[in-house]
Amino acid sequence: MPAILWDGQRHQLFPQETVLDGLLRHGVAIPNSCRAGVCQSCLLRASSGPVPPAAQVGLKPTLIEQGCFLACVCTPVEDLEVEAPGTGLRIAARLVETSRLSDTVLRVLLESAQPLDHRAGQYLTLFRPDGLGRSYSIASLPSGKTTQQSLELHVRLIPNGQMSTWLATIAQPGALLTIQGPAGNCFYTAGAIDQPLLLIGTGTGLAPLYGILRDALNQGHKGPIRLYHGALNEAGLYLVPELEALANQHAQFEYRPTLLHTHGPLPDCVLKDHPKLNGWRGFVCGDPQIVTQLKKRLFLAGMASREIHSDAFVTAAPAR
Amino acid sequence: MNNLYEQLGGSAAVEAAVDIFYRKVLSDDRISHFFEGVDMDSQIAKQKSFLTMAFGGPVHYTGQDLRRGHAHLVQRGLNDSHFDAVVEHLGASLAELGVAPDLIAQVAAVAESTRADILNR
Repeated sequence: MPAILWDGQRHQLFPQETVLDGLLRHGVAIPNSCRAGVCQSCLLRASSGPVPPAAQVGLKPTLIEQGCFLACVCTPVEDLEVEAPGTGLRIAARLVETSRLSDTVLRVLLESAQPLDHRAGQYLTLFRPDGLGRSYSIASLPSGKTTQQSLELHVRLIPNGQMSTWLATIAQPGALLTIQGPAGNCFYTAGAIDQPLLLIGTGTGLAPLYGILRDALNQGHKGPIRLYHGALNEAGLYLVPELEALANQHAQFEYRPTLLHTHGPLPDCVLKDHPKLNGWRGFVCGDPQIVTQLKKRLFLAGMASREIHSDAFVTAAPAR
Repeated sequence: MNNLYEQLGGSAAVEAAVDIFYRKVLSDDRISHFFEGVDMDSQIAKQKSFLTMAFGGPVHYTGQDLRRGHAHLVQRGLNDSHFDAVVEHLGASLAELGVAPDLIAQVAAVAESTRADILNR
């Protein structure tokens, strides 16, 4: 009979028992609602062991690729090691350097002590030595190295922001930090090499998109790729030469900086260029209100709901 | 077994219908304001739950669940006309997918059975 490994404990299942029923019976609190494989409340991730395909019906490809499954419709045939999605180990990382990408964006380079098994576009949580933590998207691609790994983050400088101010003015190269992750479902999946891709971000929402873009190009994506970077004005743009160079090297890629003060609201600009989005895949990152609005508008323009990937950046509440 | 859910095609039918149905709902000015600012991903999961239930599938919400889940919308004026609009879109979505009229009528009847709970009467 298969068993479930959860948080270092082995929980035996009854014949035909689901992962959800088994864990609940053993006293593990797993959120759940419909218990019919529909509402996705009981989403878990298998870190090792085979997941029955029936437990992944209806999930986005990005979730399937991470081994996520619905516990209420999962009756495993072999032992399965599972965890809540998005939990990752905390590992040590050294600050390599910081540099300005623009007036308001800091590039932070880290080197982790162990490889971080991530996809470009996911995010991690960075902890200062005193325990203060903030989440940032990963702009760099996985190195494939088995020892240590370089990680690039784009940090928006927030007036009186505790972490961003510390990184910009106090932290010294060599500082020892901790990272946890990766998490997030906004990344490129292979398998549809000719599908048109729409990448839309505001501010440092460019960080995950820059990772996703290079990941897609590295994996030989052939379909059109359009990247919209929204900002108030010229000063809000960054990585402009890098993105222009990529556009020159790759005929299928177009970079479209979109300035609110010059071109108007970002969603209007995108939808004016792309009134019909049937068959497209979308990635939307940055300001939560714009992300929510864009997702709805992409959907109404014909993009399938399972093709819409997003990461809304929520700023930490001000310290009191 | 030969129940309604299986005749419609089970979870595959829910997957096929959810985008068509929710796009109709969001495009309808009579009801779209109830979904203003609501996140797409959580809504799609809820719409799948709703369709599974309306298709006679294995989602068992109690009357209390439906009352609790819609109480805040009733406070914002949710009434019969909005309920009718949703049932209309449900039928139109299934018709678009080529579902036979007698099955659509059965789905509409299941949806109808939730009216009092959803409108908190």
